[in-house]
Amino acid sequence: MDFGLNEQQEMMQTLARDFLAGEYPNKVLKAMVKDEKGCAPELWEKMAEMNLMGLSLPEEYGGVGDFLDLIVVLEEMGRVCFLGPYFSTVAVGAAAIMAGGNKEQREKYLPDIASGKANVTLALTERKVEYEADALQTMTISRGGYFVINGTKLFVPDAQAADFIICAARTGESNGGGDGTTLIIVDRNEPGITMRPLKTVSGEKLYEVIFENVKSSARNVLGEVNHGWRIVEKVLQRANVARCAEMVGLAQQSLNMTLDYAKERIAFGHPIGAFQAIQHRCADMLIDVEGSRFATYQAAWRLNEGLDAAKEAAAAKAWVSRACRRVMTSAHQVHGAIGFTEDHLLHYYTKRALACEFSYGGNDVQLAKLAALYK
Amino acid sequence: MDFRFSPEEEAFRQEVAALLEREVPAEYRRKRMTFFDMSAQHDWIQVHRYIAERLGEKGWLSLHWPEEYGGRGLSPFYRLILREELARYHSPGYDSIGCGIVAPAILLKGSEEQKNQYLPGIAAGKVMWCETLSEPNHGSDLAAAEVFAKEETDCFVVNGQKIWTTNGHFADWNALIARTDRAANPNYRGLTFFLLDMKTPGITVNPIVNMAGHHEFNEVFFEDVRIPKENIVGGLNKGFYVVMSLLDYERTTDTVYAIAGTYINDLAEYARQNNLFTPVLENKLAQLRADCEVSRLLHYRVAWMQSKGMVPNYESAMSKLYSFELHQRVSEFGMDLAGQYSQLVEGSPRVPMFGRIPSCYLRSFGYSLEQGTSEIDRDVIAQRGLGLPRLR
Ligand SMILES: Cc1cc2nc3c(=O)[nH]c(=O)nc-3n(C[C@H](O)[C@H](O)[C@H](O)COP(=O)(O)OP(=O)(O)OC[C@H]3O[C@@H](n4cnc5c(N)ncnc54)[C@H](O)[C@@H]3O)c2cc1C
Ligand SMILES: Cc1cc2nc3c(=O)[nH]c(=O)nc-3n(C[C@H](O)[C@H](O)[C@H](O)COP(=O)(O)OP(=O)(O)OC[C@H]3O[C@@H](n4cnc5c(N)ncnc54)[C@H](O)[C@@H]3O)c2cc1C
Repeated sequence: MDFGLNEQQEMMQTLARDFLAGEYPNKVLKAMVKDEKGCAPELWEKMAEMNLMGLSLPEEYGGVGDFLDLIVVLEEMGRVCFLGPYFSTVAVGAAAIMAGGNKEQREKYLPDIASGKANVTLALTERKVEYEADALQTMTISRGGYFVINGTKLFVPDAQAADFIICAARTGESNGGGDGTTLIIVDRNEPGITMRPLKTVSGEKLYEVIFENVKSSARNVLGEVNHGWRIVEKVLQRANVARCAEMVGLAQQSLNMTLDYAKERIAFGHPIGAFQAIQHRCADMLIDVEGSRFATYQAAWRLNEGLDAAKEAAAAKAWVSRACRRVMTSAHQVHGAIGFTEDHLLHYYTKRALACEFSYGGNDVQLAKLAALYK
Repeated sequence: MDFRFSPEEEAFRQEVAALLEREVPAEYRRKRMTFFDMSAQHDWIQVHRYIAERLGEKGWLSLHWPEEYGGRGLSPFYRLILREELARYHSPGYDSIGCGIVAPAILLKGSEEQKNQYLPGIAAGKVMWCETLSEPNHGSDLAAAEVFAKEETDCFVVNGQKIWTTNGHFADWNALIARTDRAANPNYRGLTFFLLDMKTPGITVNPIVNMAGHHEFNEVFFEDVRIPKENIVGGLNKGFYVVMSLLDYERTTDTVYAIAGTYINDLAEYARQNNLFTPVLENKLAQLRADCEVSRLLHYRVAWMQSKGMVPNYESAMSKLYSFELHQRVSEFGMDLAGQYSQLVEGSPRVPMFGRIPSCYLRSFGYSLEQGTSEIDRDVIAQRGLGLPRLR
């Protein structure tokens, strides 16, 4: 066993930390929250230069490193409360193309993603936000060499910033086992696509995307027709573990801020960190942060090794979501009224954690998955 | 033992409900706003003032005051019934600082002149109050307050800064705690409680926006603000004792359990409309309802004590702590219930319940801080309620 980072991972960590400290100061965060698309082109270019977009993709497509390297970087992004289409493109979109794409599709999309030229997002959930194949109602029908898509997707991340949308649609009857669904890549400028921004507390860019007779070539089907859900499940596992990594970073940074504050804020003649009520809270926060970190690392490591990680991924997301909420609650409590204001940074972390928690299935969804796996 | 309201109290409840049915704007009831959810409350202050005056006309803001000061000497249960109905109708109109803190302080420690001067405005619902206790460097440790009031022949001159002043931007008057003796040992013996007209020259009120995006509290600056000597309540350098006795009131005045109760009902309605009911969900809702019931009883016990002339102390800390933390749990439950949708803010397509869900949740982080933090409440309960020793 080895709970530590290897040399390469440590290097990635330092690299990402230094880069983000320089390029993503608080004022950029505040601007990103307000920005409509939440994407700063200059920052994006610099990230691409560092090959951050290629993380966890094979070298032949211009990628670098593995899933654990991506995890390390996402944790650093969590620490600065990073917003932008990085997660949707790299941790989800590229992962879907890797998981389901044939050689031609990989060659077409992945190098552009790795070089920062193209963004891609996954359009999965609908009105009843569920992470089950049976919940899909968006339909796509084969017409000659094309598929024609009709339906409304909700909570699609970064749709405005995406060049391509991977749409999960129904091509046949659901059989309860996930068949009858197909994943298809759609050019976002295809006629018939309309999008409306959903406004979120965190500034996470989520959209309603309506497909009205939208055409996409049959060559854009990822994997096999009617068998797309297997890819979705793989992608969801990775996405959830990757979200956990972000939450670990968010929680760690909130704990750091809290400890700093507890040492410097004086009440009744003592730093508040000297009060046992505060110490006990902080101690519990550390258990939550480190528990989150190792649950995340274990699941990520299994995925990286190609081992089955269904239980570990679900357990991690369920646990980390809750742990992260507890950490944020304690962080606010220790900060007193100052942490309750919009001027303080802390609320960005609290809100961002919620966005991470709910995306790709929150605590309830993961517990249901876990329960089913133990049946 | 008797856990019923009297027929007179029941009749009063009906009367209040009838008035609110008539007077509360339909929009408020439709959007189901509360003070703990300032979203969409752009006209809150107008509605507040309007309803406050209607309640004042009826004499309902002072029912439990002694008759010689315009009250009817009724039990504090009347105040509680009034506030429960206000919560049920999602109505503002009760100035919890004026009615809940300043009036009791004046009744308890004020001079005859002060009672005659200030109580009628509060009873009529026409004068709105704020309180300035906290400072940037001193929150829980109120006794360390530094804002200084220098004595001159006919007045005190105040300089310094207060912070987190709820309703400071609306208030006509202010209950101020200021230092009048810098050498006092222990330091709480050097504080004085003043009543201050907010129109006095030298006062600046700056907004602070909270993490839910609402402007509710403020920072307040005093520059050579002159307060007449007769505006001291409870005597020079005796302000801390006034605050301590009124904090016991402050901790009881908010019928937060009632607001939490209406919110639970609203969430249950949301669940029903969206076919979200599962055994697990029903279980959670039932648990929160049981919590609400207990919270209600802890509050009623305090009102009962007051009705018997007893002075609640750790009992009010218990009801405050429990109900505010309950409201936090209910708010958090709302987030779980709505899942992805709970991130959506008012004005977004697809937003449920007018954006109340994230608004209530984010606002709820303040509940365990305002009116004294949960840590301080637990200390009060442990040390005064249970007689546990303090660490020296
Ligand atoms: C099943 C079991 C097996 C054990 N086996 C062994 C053994 O093999 N060998 C051995 O030597 N001992 C053993 N112990 C004893 C164990 O180490 C003690 O119970 C433990 O150290 C606590 O001491 P105490 O019971 O005297 O409680 P105390 O120390 O008197 O504490 C009482 C309570 O006060 C709290 N407390 C004490 N100090 C503080 C503080 N500074 N701040 C906050 N709270 C405080 C404690 O947490 C506890 O809740 C065993 C105990 C149990 C229950
Ligand atoms: C929504 C809201 C409305 C408010 N309205 C008003 C108002 O109208 N007027 C007004 O004067 N003030 C108001 N306040 C301020 C409120 O009273 C203070 O926030 C509160 O007293 C805590 O002070 P602080 O924020 O400075 O935190 P601090 O006192 O600095 O406390 C920071 C942390 O340390 C803990 N702590 C402090 N001392 C101890 C101890 N001895 N033991 C254990 N833990 C301790 C606290 O519990 C807290 O977790 C409001 C606050 C909020 C959030």
